[in-house]
Amino acid sequence: MKRFSPLVLLALAACATGPADEEARQRAEQVFRGSFTHGNRAIAARVEKQDEAQALCTRYRNEPPKDVAEKIESTEAAGIRYPVPGKFLGDWRQGEKIAQDGYGLRFTDPDTKRPNGGGCYNCHRIAPAEISYGTVGPSLYRFGALRGAGEPVQRYVYGKIYDAQAYLACSQMPRFGKNGVLTEEQITHLVALLLDPQSPVNK
Amino acid sequence: MPSPRLAALLIAAALPCAGLAQQDTQKEVERYRQLLAEGNPADLFEAKGEELWKARRGPKNASLEQCDLGLGAGVVKGAFAHLPRYFADTDRVQDMESRIVTCMVTLQGFTPEQAMKNPFSAPGRPSDMEALASYVAGESKGMKLDTPLAHPKEVEAFRVGEQLFYRRAGPHDFACVSCHGDNGKRIRLQDLPKLTDPNDAQKIFTTWPAYRVSQGSVRTMQHRLYDCYWQMRHPQLDYASEASIALEVFMAKYANGGEIRAPGLKR
Repeated sequence: MKRFSPLVLLALAACATGPADEEARQRAEQVFRGSFTHGNRAIAARVEKQDEAQALCTRYRNEPPKDVAEKIESTEAAGIRYPVPGKFLGDWRQGEKIAQDGYGLRFTDPDTKRPNGGGCYNCHRIAPAEISYGTVGPSLYRFGALRGAGEPVQRYVYGKIYDAQAYLACSQMPRFGKNGVLTEEQITHLVALLLDPQSPVNK
Repeated sequence: MPSPRLAALLIAAALPCAGLAQQDTQKEVERYRQLLAEGNPADLFEAKGEELWKARRGPKNASLEQCDLGLGAGVVKGAFAHLPRYFADTDRVQDMESRIVTCMVTLQGFTPEQAMKNPFSAPGRPSDMEALASYVAGESKGMKLDTPLAHPKEVEAFRVGEQLFYRRAGPHDFACVSCHGDNGKRIRLQDLPKLTDPNDAQKIFTTWPAYRVSQGSVRTMQHRLYDCYWQMRHPQLDYASEASIALEVFMAKYANGGEIRAPGLKR
């Protein structure tokens, strides 16, 4: 679904930044394109073009005004593909493996047969046995025990992992489902890691 | 005293151990840092770099001793404290590494391709650049970083670097600011500096190049940026590219005033 026309984008840009900033932005885009010339062309094409959320979050430095934030959130929410009801909870054991694994989509990761990881522990505390966790995102330890594990919570957790910006525009969290980093099935395994009463997260 | 590499291995073995309480891990990490502080393998790189700097090499059989790093031909002492900066002879802003490349081309007669062929070492394939950069940076040890932001091209580089710092792209939506926009955050157990906070920037920016225990070699600022973009799921960043230098100019502005402790020592 296309919500933002180029004209709207231009108008938004004019609100946020003066002509000098726009000049610097255009110059930076030129410099960016000229600085990744020896690497993989497919990866270069992927980062040269920003999607609308990326372009807006860049422009507003992750602090979009309310109306822009609402537009990003509604557009992203409309793009989430949910599993059929009753199929939100996968296998927490597989979820733990995905949460540990940072493999995928780097220019040294050519094996496309191996599934991508989520790298969740890079930023979050999750199961208590793993003490090497990051703090860029909030702790998820005891997530299900604290919030319950009913269908509304399952749906929320699935949606948040699929596209965090549906809930918070310009969130720093990758949009794992929307951008095809993780499959829908992998996301259900992560939902189980956080919500299954048998998962070490909730024990 | 165990060697730094042995200490690193011991720590690496201890970290994933589920039974260890967090407090004990923190203590072990502290102990490991103290051990490392007693001797920095980067010293060897500095010595090798000085030797290379003074050796006659290349098609012109010349040394790098007459290289102009910004304070005039032949002045190495203190030059790193004022880089990156604008150079009139190349009409561009250059960082230490790109300027060393320029001198290898103009003084020694190497082609730019030859001079930039092996900037990052691999096991069994040492890099002259890692040694040269260690030597040049080490000659500014103890001085305060003071990079200029006066020439229009320096100002432009800063503004471009600023734009790039916030530019989100790729399948993970990452920008530099994703990891370096807040104080007190970590990726796994690795502390992350907030690069727009002078307190953080002054402590970190001035410790590159640094010996990286996990990689068994000195790594330069160019490598640090290349590695960040790798993790950001971007393509390979061109060595000494305009984007890399713009980002250095941007970071240096916040790091100015910090004491140069390069080559440093890191995980």
